[in-house]
Amino acid sequence: MRKALLAASAAVLLAAGPAAAQQKTIKIGFVSTFSGPTAVIGNDMRNSFELALDHMGRKMGGIPVEVIYEDDGQKPDVGKQKTEKLIESDKVDFIAGYIWSNVLLASLKPIVDSKTFLVIANAGPSQIAGELCSPTVFSTSWNNDQTPQAMGLYMNQKGVKSVFLIGPNYAAGKDMLAGVATTFKGQVVGQELTTWPSQLDFSAELAKAKASGAEAVFVFYPGAAGVQFLNQYAAAGLKGTIPLYTAFTIDELSLPLQKDNAIGVPGAQEWVNDLPNDQNKKFVADYRKKYTGLRPTYYGAQAYDAAQLINSAVVATKGKLDDKDTVQKAMEKADFKSIRGDFKFGNNHVPIQNFYLQDVVKDADGQLSLKTVATIVKANQDQHHDKCPMK
Amino acid sequence: MTLFIEQCLNGLQFGLLLFLLAAGLTLVFGIMDLVNLAHGSLYMIGAYFAATFAAWTGSFVLGAILALLATLLVGMVVEVVVMRRIYGRDHLDHVLATFGLILFFDEAVRLIWGPAGLSLSLPPWLSAPVQILPGVNYSAYRLAVIVVTLAVAGFLYVLVMRTRIGMLIRAGASNREMVGALGVNIKLLYTLVFGLGAALAGLAGLMQAPILTVQIGMGENIVILAFVITVIGGIGSIRGALVAALLVGFIDTLGRAFFPDILRMLLSKEAAATLAPALSSMLIYLLMAVVLVVKPEGLFSAGNK
Amino acid sequence: MRPALNFRTIVTVVLIAALVLLPLYTGLSGNRFLLTLFTRIVIMALAAVSLNLMLGYGGMMSFGHAAYLGIGGYAVGILAHEGVLNGFVQWPVALAASALFALVIGALSLRTRGVYFIMITLAFAQMTYYTFAGLARYGGDDGLTIYKRSQFVAPIDLSNKTQFYYICLALLFGAIYLVWRLTNSRFGMAIQGARSNDIRMRAIGFPTYRYRLVCFVIAGTLCGLAGALLANQNDFVSPSIMYWTRSGDLIIMVVLGGMATPFGPVIGAVALLVLEEALSGITEYWQIILGPLLLLVVLFARGGIDGLLARADSKVRS
Repeated sequence: MRKALLAASAAVLLAAGPAAAQQKTIKIGFVSTFSGPTAVIGNDMRNSFELALDHMGRKMGGIPVEVIYEDDGQKPDVGKQKTEKLIESDKVDFIAGYIWSNVLLASLKPIVDSKTFLVIANAGPSQIAGELCSPTVFSTSWNNDQTPQAMGLYMNQKGVKSVFLIGPNYAAGKDMLAGVATTFKGQVVGQELTTWPSQLDFSAELAKAKASGAEAVFVFYPGAAGVQFLNQYAAAGLKGTIPLYTAFTIDELSLPLQKDNAIGVPGAQEWVNDLPNDQNKKFVADYRKKYTGLRPTYYGAQAYDAAQLINSAVVATKGKLDDKDTVQKAMEKADFKSIRGDFKFGNNHVPIQNFYLQDVVKDADGQLSLKTVATIVKANQDQHHDKCPMK
Repeated sequence: MTLFIEQCLNGLQFGLLLFLLAAGLTLVFGIMDLVNLAHGSLYMIGAYFAATFAAWTGSFVLGAILALLATLLVGMVVEVVVMRRIYGRDHLDHVLATFGLILFFDEAVRLIWGPAGLSLSLPPWLSAPVQILPGVNYSAYRLAVIVVTLAVAGFLYVLVMRTRIGMLIRAGASNREMVGALGVNIKLLYTLVFGLGAALAGLAGLMQAPILTVQIGMGENIVILAFVITVIGGIGSIRGALVAALLVGFIDTLGRAFFPDILRMLLSKEAAATLAPALSSMLIYLLMAVVLVVKPEGLFSAGNK
Repeated sequence: MRPALNFRTIVTVVLIAALVLLPLYTGLSGNRFLLTLFTRIVIMALAAVSLNLMLGYGGMMSFGHAAYLGIGGYAVGILAHEGVLNGFVQWPVALAASALFALVIGALSLRTRGVYFIMITLAFAQMTYYTFAGLARYGGDDGLTIYKRSQFVAPIDLSNKTQFYYICLALLFGAIYLVWRLTNSRFGMAIQGARSNDIRMRAIGFPTYRYRLVCFVIAGTLCGLAGALLANQNDFVSPSIMYWTRSGDLIIMVVLGGMATPFGPVIGAVALLVLEEALSGITEYWQIILGPLLLLVVLFARGGIDGLLARADSKVRS
């Protein structure tokens, strides 16, 4: 045990040893979840980020790129510690990643204080779009309520008169349900927030939704919870009787588990695998070639764009990353071909982008896949950008 | 009224399922005096086995039976390799050792089955809802779960109250040394009891598999609930576990179902909206605290501990 | 029975020296992260020392000790959020809140024994967790960012990493000394007596319930202090630091290091956290190494690392 200890501490010392930053390489830290039940999401983000680097020849502006992946274990304090390691020990030029709002919010201060450039590839808490926006912080995802707002608009188009909302009781969950309510013109007849992440059985909530007499149900359950929700929705006999509308509940990770229960359930998303631009075709095709048996998700798409955004800034500044203002200006231009199509930044560095309606269909291989049905809203900007002091 | 009936059935189903987990836990607890945090890992393994075997054999029922046997086997191996060596140790050693087991099982599952999780589809005859009363439809699968768990509870009752093994189990729960003194092969009894507990956990896991996702760490939250039930019921008492499991199942389900509405009548809408989820999450912990403050050894304490 | 130069003493002395000299090394090597990591380790060690007082010496197996980390942390976080930055207000409030909470919880929990005690402390910790997760004003489960660390008088500056590290280290040593003095006092004897035979202690006239309660409150208060430090170190506090798995981590530190020994919890905290950091650097599947390692400690190293060292000593002597 003592030997193991010594060896372990030696390993830490070595790993953290001489690593003075030279501008011979571009150093990028990538924080995501690589252990525990949600590691699939982190893996998909890493796969896509790696693919983006492959597409760039693993160089940005002719300078070799080194990426250090860190696992936040879905815990805010661990995420913060890893972020500090990246800044203080590895002295990275850029940090990217972050799936979870709470991990991101915990990690934000050391990033902003050290003026390290951050590209958020998923989490979208409203504070970041609003009062906590920062010159060095960018997002290639969205603000939490944008996607459900799009869904609300779609439900208006479908002429839905009343809806019952169900989601997990944490900040993003509440943002999502509030988001639908801002754009949906009909009546919200009920709302249920379930204990997160421990509650796995939604029978009580489903029974209430049924009894409420609502015309439709809107739900937000990311990851495995989305699988459970759809399974139970079908088992309770609600599928086919009450139409279900979703945000972030069906993706390429959950679909193989949701199977037929997901067919015909619409969702809103800013990226879908069949978007017809060339960049996206290449991304999806190469992803499926490189990672056999896997399909990219919107998490991965956002990570891919994060790599492209960083690349565009490095190329524009010719690798002179010390001049923060120039790098910031270069990043604000978003001078790259996003795989989601049109993409530009608002004043708060959150994308202004389209949201699409996606549906589940059987593709040519007979497998379930997501398909773009329509564009729900074009060039959508989040509603918090006024609160951001940056102009 | 239909809503109330449905919620009661939901509570019953959830409670009975928790009973399966708690029964194994309380047996192991009562007889071997072992705090087994890794009980949830056996639940997870049962679910993984079921999903795998059902895919292999193409039959849900066959897969479930195979999974049950496999989990029983894993349980007995764990008992022989690890647990046997830590009986009689301090409870804290149990916590440390079984926590180590959780980490091991989680990662082992990730290595074998990958991080993505599995799913288990229901056969068509279980997936459609059935009409139980005029105008009341209920999930056929949840009904089946209720029937199976009731049957298992009955089997446990007969096993514990009417058989020789059961007599030894009861004797062991109230006085361990005595059973050893009687010349019973205590090692074998322990292995069997642990295996039985594992199989019960595995059964709970495989029955949850079609309505939940089969994923890593799925046992960790539910095992805490099982501990809560074990303690409310009184350690070592199967009857206590049943009563407490139903209590927790009903309070949790009905609490989630009706508590927010009750709060909304008493408080402003905003206050109720923020309070209700937090309060209904802690209802069962509140129940446990109240029970233990009033009855420090649970509702039906089995022995002389 | 001379105080021999044995493994146990050597390891303890080396550990203390290493902790004291660490900023020197990080200053020379320019690796500031090591200091960040060890500040966190020292704070967790303080929490483990507080748990050891009640768990190791008092035999009270709390499975909800992380609740005090949260209460101490939220006392600092909420006050900072409301504009009260003065550390001379924040810290006493953190201690008082933890003490009060421990008093109530202890008074109720100590009516139970053994596993029931484990579970009732868990129940209260989970209720605390859900309470803070529901506090929308203070970030709910997203947690609360602390923009300014606790302010003290002029030379003390918690934002200075080296200074903050030494403050934490000094408080850790202070806590170890306090626990050592306590356990060697009449009070400590009574607590330890009650652990091994409660009935006898009561028979000879010790009000053991009251003694235990005092012990419970002291442990909770010390852990609240660790919580206040942790909030300052993280610049952030969230309910996740009081989830039940965190209480489990604290228990593991104490048992791994060696229960009812003054330095055991420190060794345990350093071992566990350094091991986690090192193993996760080697392989993504690090838990498959850590898990069996914990198991082996239980199977073959009774009394944790400290017990292992003590046994190595007795082997050398014989």
